[in-house]
Amino acid sequence: MVTTKQRACIVGLGETRYTKWGQMGDRGEWSLACEAVMNATQDAGLVINDIDGLASFSNDSNVPWLLQHALGLPNLKWTSMVWGGGGSGACGALAHAASAVESGSAHYVAVFRSLCQGPGHRYGQAGGYNELPHLNFMAPFGMFSPPIMIAPLIQRYKHEFGAKPEHFAEIALVCRDNAQRNPRAVMRGRPVTLEDYLQSRIIASPLRLFDCCQENDGACALIVTTQERASDLRKKPVRILAAAQGGNSGWYDGALGSHNMPVDEYGAGNGKTLARDLFSRAGLTPQDVDVLQIYDHFTGLVLMTLENFGFCGRGEAGPFAAAGNLRWPEGRFPLNTSGGHLSEAYIHGLNLAVEGVRQMRGESTSQVKDAKTCLVTAGLSASPLSAALLGV
Amino acid sequence: MSYFPPEISGPRPSVDDQVFWNYCQRHELHFQRCAACHRFRHPPGPVCSACRSFEVEWIPAPEVGIVFSFTIVHHPAHPAVAPILPYNVVIVDFPECDHVRLVSNVVDVAAEDIRIGMRVSLVWESVGNGFQLPRFRRSA
Repeated sequence: MVTTKQRACIVGLGETRYTKWGQMGDRGEWSLACEAVMNATQDAGLVINDIDGLASFSNDSNVPWLLQHALGLPNLKWTSMVWGGGGSGACGALAHAASAVESGSAHYVAVFRSLCQGPGHRYGQAGGYNELPHLNFMAPFGMFSPPIMIAPLIQRYKHEFGAKPEHFAEIALVCRDNAQRNPRAVMRGRPVTLEDYLQSRIIASPLRLFDCCQENDGACALIVTTQERASDLRKKPVRILAAAQGGNSGWYDGALGSHNMPVDEYGAGNGKTLARDLFSRAGLTPQDVDVLQIYDHFTGLVLMTLENFGFCGRGEAGPFAAAGNLRWPEGRFPLNTSGGHLSEAYIHGLNLAVEGVRQMRGESTSQVKDAKTCLVTAGLSASPLSAALLGV
Repeated sequence: MSYFPPEISGPRPSVDDQVFWNYCQRHELHFQRCAACHRFRHPPGPVCSACRSFEVEWIPAPEVGIVFSFTIVHHPAHPAVAPILPYNVVIVDFPECDHVRLVSNVVDVAAEDIRIGMRVSLVWESVGNGFQLPRFRRSA
């Protein structure tokens, strides 16, 4: 049994500048990861020598010895990597870090993700996801990139539930609006109206340009330790109420594979079992949540996630969103208050967790008043995905 | 003639899917099925997820499938497809085979006419590196 003093919490956050892909000049993923970890360490009021654990996900190129060497870590004793699946491991890495500090395997774990997409390595182009195990059943048929992989799920969702363009637009507009208040957001200064959305070009039907997240370069990091150690540090600790990996069975690699997930879940998403497990572990229900950071690789998958995690019934997320529930500040569940992947930056989900920490500290540029509980989700459509509930 | 330009090559078979592609080279669409509990699965894999048997058999697919979902692609994620935009990608369902689905293309239907529920039948196309791919045309 883990005592309260041993429970994991987040005590530091750090970022590099976020840019559109290809604009980091001569810097690469190694350099960006180092900067993010150093910034997070400083934010926590720690020194870099304190960091004794490293966790990342999605096969981050920064294998531990790169950071151990560059940062001169004197006491690295625990490392973890959550396997592939785009950003579906972001909260998984957080869960691993929490286990590490709660078991005493490490004292201060830096959870990080660094992305720098040089020419020929863009996620939005053929070749960006060459490691997918079932590419033989996709690429010869023109299914090269995530929008093309995800679009048939959204098409099916529309077919089954009659979702309208205005429903998907609401997700894009909420994120873009929040980004206008966030100086880190790549899309700050570029507001979008419903008319802009409806006139934007089709990428892969029914996905329009503004339904798809950005391709960005940048890195971010969080520092995880125990509540006992956190009491000596600078910032108000943010508790990890629960963090878990999971996903419905039978999904395989889902939309990033051959599209042979269970027929009745194809247009619904694979997050229901994870959601049940997560809320049960925290002893909370969706109605206890004050603010949402939902993995927004594509607007339609945000709608499915809202349904999977119990904020509304199956097929109801479009009208639920259109009713203003996700708007800041007046909505019941303000969504992606940094701008999310759609409008802050696509750092594979970890920047959503960073924003969750800011909300719990009261430091967001779109702060939800008296927010005490935040849901962060990572991925939807390949298993396992992951999610976390943060609280103060 | 192929749906895509020759730069879009065929598969690179692995130890796990080689048999599927061997059948394709003979213009035969076969799906893997568990030899113990007779449950279909795709893509091919080593073990039946229902009964955990390693024994497999290969069963001819029906000639007709159903468009389960689709997308019309307008953005060239690969430079070679730019001249042929827009193109379709369809998910073809075979309900008789435990809803095994193939990602493929419908070669003879205009983008605006593709619908979920449309019946499609198998055609074979040669691609740049000599592979034979299962594609589809509108079925009566």
